[in-house]
Amino acid sequence: MAVAETLPSLTIDGVPLKVKLARAERSRKLKAVGLVLPLFAFVVLTFLYPIVVLAQKSILNEETIGRLTRTNEALANWDGVSVPDEAAFAALAVDLKQAQERREASEIAKRINSEFSGAMSRFKSVTRKVADMESGPYKEVFLSSDEIWSDPALWRVIRSVSNTYTPYYWLTAVDLRQGAEGLERAPAGEAIFLDVYARTFWIAGVVTVLTLILGFPVAYLLATQPAHRANILMIFVMLPFWTSLLVRTTAWFVLLRSEGPLNDLAEMIVNNRFEMIFTRFGTIVAMTHIQLPFTLLPIYSVMKTIPPSHVRAARSLGAGPFHAFWKVYFPQTVPGIAAGCLLTFILCLGYYITPALVGGPRDQMVSYYVAYYMNNVINFGQAAALGMMLLIITMVLYWAYNRLVGIDKMKLG
Amino acid sequence: MSTSANSFVNFIDVQKSYDGETLVVKDLNLSIRRGEFLTLLGPSGSGKTTTLMMLAGFEVPTHGRIELDGREINNLAPHKRNIGMVFQNYALFPHMTVEENLGFPLAVRKLPKAEIDAKIDRALAMVQLSQMRKRRPAQLSGGQQQRVALARALVFDPKLVLMDEPLGALDKQLREHMQIEIKHIHQSLGVTVVYVTHDQSEALTMSDRVAVFNDGAIQQLATPADLYERPQNSFVAQFIGENNRLSGVVTELNGSHCRVKVGEAGDIRALPVGIGNVGARTTLSLRPERVRINPTNGACANQFEARVEELIYLGDHTRARVQVLGHANFVVKVPNAEGVPDLKPGSTIRIGWRTEDCRALDAF
Amino acid sequence: MKHLFTLAVSGLAAATAFGVADVPKASAQDQLTIVSWGGAYQESQRKAYYEPYMKEKGVKIVEEEYDGELGKLQAMKDAGNVTWDVLDVDMAHAIAGCDEGLLEELDYSRIGPKEKFLPDTVLDCAIGSIAYSTILAYDADVYKENPPVAIMDLFDTAKYPGKRGLLKKPFGNLEWALIADGVSREEVYDVLGTPEGVERAFKKLDTIKKDVVWWEAGAQAPELLANGEVVMTSAWNGRIGNAVKEGKNFKVVWDHQELDWDLWSIPVGTKNIDLAYDFIKFASDPKNMSQQSKYIDYAPTHVDAIGLIDPEIARNLPTYPENMKTAISLDWVFWADNNEELTKRFNAWLAQ
Repeated sequence: MAVAETLPSLTIDGVPLKVKLARAERSRKLKAVGLVLPLFAFVVLTFLYPIVVLAQKSILNEETIGRLTRTNEALANWDGVSVPDEAAFAALAVDLKQAQERREASEIAKRINSEFSGAMSRFKSVTRKVADMESGPYKEVFLSSDEIWSDPALWRVIRSVSNTYTPYYWLTAVDLRQGAEGLERAPAGEAIFLDVYARTFWIAGVVTVLTLILGFPVAYLLATQPAHRANILMIFVMLPFWTSLLVRTTAWFVLLRSEGPLNDLAEMIVNNRFEMIFTRFGTIVAMTHIQLPFTLLPIYSVMKTIPPSHVRAARSLGAGPFHAFWKVYFPQTVPGIAAGCLLTFILCLGYYITPALVGGPRDQMVSYYVAYYMNNVINFGQAAALGMMLLIITMVLYWAYNRLVGIDKMKLG
Repeated sequence: MSTSANSFVNFIDVQKSYDGETLVVKDLNLSIRRGEFLTLLGPSGSGKTTTLMMLAGFEVPTHGRIELDGREINNLAPHKRNIGMVFQNYALFPHMTVEENLGFPLAVRKLPKAEIDAKIDRALAMVQLSQMRKRRPAQLSGGQQQRVALARALVFDPKLVLMDEPLGALDKQLREHMQIEIKHIHQSLGVTVVYVTHDQSEALTMSDRVAVFNDGAIQQLATPADLYERPQNSFVAQFIGENNRLSGVVTELNGSHCRVKVGEAGDIRALPVGIGNVGARTTLSLRPERVRINPTNGACANQFEARVEELIYLGDHTRARVQVLGHANFVVKVPNAEGVPDLKPGSTIRIGWRTEDCRALDAF
Repeated sequence: MKHLFTLAVSGLAAATAFGVADVPKASAQDQLTIVSWGGAYQESQRKAYYEPYMKEKGVKIVEEEYDGELGKLQAMKDAGNVTWDVLDVDMAHAIAGCDEGLLEELDYSRIGPKEKFLPDTVLDCAIGSIAYSTILAYDADVYKENPPVAIMDLFDTAKYPGKRGLLKKPFGNLEWALIADGVSREEVYDVLGTPEGVERAFKKLDTIKKDVVWWEAGAQAPELLANGEVVMTSAWNGRIGNAVKEGKNFKVVWDHQELDWDLWSIPVGTKNIDLAYDFIKFASDPKNMSQQSKYIDYAPTHVDAIGLIDPEIARNLPTYPENMKTAISLDWVFWADNNEELTKRFNAWLAQ
């Protein structure tokens, strides 16, 4: 035995035991990897990759990338406050000419226009002019075409846009912008997104709390009823779950209308009609209804695992019904509450269609603006920055939540 | 019903129904003495747990009264009864440490901190878990959890402790160890214990008295020895210990003896316990260890030829399954001691038993 | 409720614009996907163009709807799988789509002589099909006496209390706000071109902000009016005309109507470009074009088609001289320059 302890252990055919073990384990590991690989690839392809692309779009000058390289070089040593010299104008002229041939000039103009209103038409007309010119000097042509070309602010935008990367979208997403002297707050008339984020989190928070208040007693009832009765009640809870989000939202639209059944009822009872559609109230009611099962189900499934004997034990030990519930039962439901609330909160952050249909303009959440920038303005960079911002804030919240509650304590059942 | 002076708990004409159609507990009358260890024993569905739950206050009797220490408690809330209880799966609070679990009933009673600490110390010392104070239930073994549950049920000095199959989840060895431990604690504290189990050996080991439940009624209430030696009916005889049953018809009945005809040829002398008149059907009950092999003449009133069917060696004894009087499952326990005949399957032997060991009970 | 679904579905589709693209059709040659603005307008196109074209050419036309989300087209182009073949755009989208490189530059030799169309409607990337107008509409059952007659009345909540519907875009609304504030229609863009003018327009809108229900899809406007959500609304005149045909007692206020065009365009990257040209040529034929006015109150853009319209119908068209008296011509160059900034401003204003 002493020999076996000092020398490496060998199998009968003389191979070290460790080598044999590793060999035997390898096929098992390969199998494990094989089982995980399809899902892993799927997640990378459909989740991580788009996030990376999005993150990229939010900092790239996609419309101008590689199209203003000459201008960028020419403006490298420009002081930023005077009118640039002929070299800069010439470089821009050549870049625009080339872009015009490739049908890219409008995209450049649009990108600059989004930071400097009015640039669109000036770019178009000047592009047409320089396209016919063989050679310079160009500065004169630019200046005579419009006085805007002597504005250093426009040139600052051109310089910033001619770089590969831009902070513009991220700054806009937090209501900041680059002024002549570094960062400044966006003017009150344009500052919108901090408000939108605050509103998004506020609505999500209120809906989460409401679903908890409404869902907890129902979950308790479901968990403590005999199976056959609980199943019937469960169907009532699940019924809205099985109906599409759109149908439910539309139903709320019909219900909340000023000529809708709820208001008809109010008219009959209190002889008054209330403004419910296109309001924050309507948004929160509809969202609470839709989210209720998401909060309720994890709580319910955790409650199912709490043996009734725990409360009985507490009672037998001398605790009154409320005391037994509060000190013994409730603490054990916390993991379910944590899971349900986190689920609802995070889902609420991404709500789009419900606020769009039953909310007013002041109830639109971040997703609305993401969709808006993508669909209507075709500004993918801004949409990406807003979306990434939401993702980051959500992750920070998740982290804080983890520190507070502990994700490992969270249970879905 | 008679409520004797030292009876602590009384069930008087108690009935319980859950559905309004069938009775789970039928006309229960039971008197439990102060300081007694009483076990409710029976198969599942026999009404023993319901009886316990009514005593704890988690179920309300449909009819009748339950008295605790001379006071009716039918409608007293469970937390006002001051009854300790140990549950089947311990029901330790998973989010609290051992200390907090034990402190729970004391804090509810608003005892001063120092007194709470002292009581926890004492209770943990009693179950030998003093070093586990800060652990959570999930960090304890099954046996340790069981002891914490026991300590928690006792820490607030209740006069009555209820235990609902508390050892059911433990393995055999640990269970037997805990049986002794619980018994010792009971003896040293002098507390009244009502214990529910379906394990008859557990009931016999621990109890002062055992109430055998079946079909919602007490079949027999007696000391362990009485229960084993003198079962009052065939259910008890069958449920407690191993038992040979022979069914037959009473042919003669005279005071302390009776004769029973079993099969065509059997004529057995037995002790009449629960039989009707001559001609009634009866079940004879006979413990396997009371059957002798090759009995000396005169020692046994009943002697028959038997054929050995099967032998199982069990260390201290051998179990012999024999065929006698047409019954193929007749068991004889043969002690593995000197002077015991060598048995072989297929061989024919003589067996016999005494009249008083063979009890003629109700037809089963 | 159909329009709600349209709105909702387009929203959802937008949310998944990267993900989902149509499965390529088996016989792409015989199939043409035409995207338009849904509702009564698309219905009129179906009757005037799609059905006759399918019958005559044996080509299957697949219809889709949008609310001007060129972002979807951008996403399809980025993904290299453009499934739209012909796209109906308004003036703003025609210009933006052309600038973005999303729309083909049209080869007019494959459509017809440019000079036969109203000059405003002949663009690099789009050719006009109809003239429509954004007008003020009200329910005549609500206003039996003293109905609104001018844009001024839209802003007069004392005389006309109740909710009013407006398109959830700055464009058109800012012009009306200035008109109602006393600016003449010739000077609207001069005023709006200055920061003070923008301030002034928003200030005027402020006065009715809490009374406005905002609509986004064309079909929503008559719907809001019909179910009593609003007492008056801005709307595209044809949608109101069709609601009237369906028995609603709606009336159009032509005062300061905002004339716009709908145009045909071809997305860059379509796999059916020849068929797309063929369809646009068919739809631009004066005889075919004159049919559409039968189904919706919009006016043709081909000069030869204008004469073919039934005089009874012509009275309800935006181009009818009586209706044109105070019409505003929207300034597309102004909006191309300022749409993004004013929209940002408008959204911030909405959210305040």
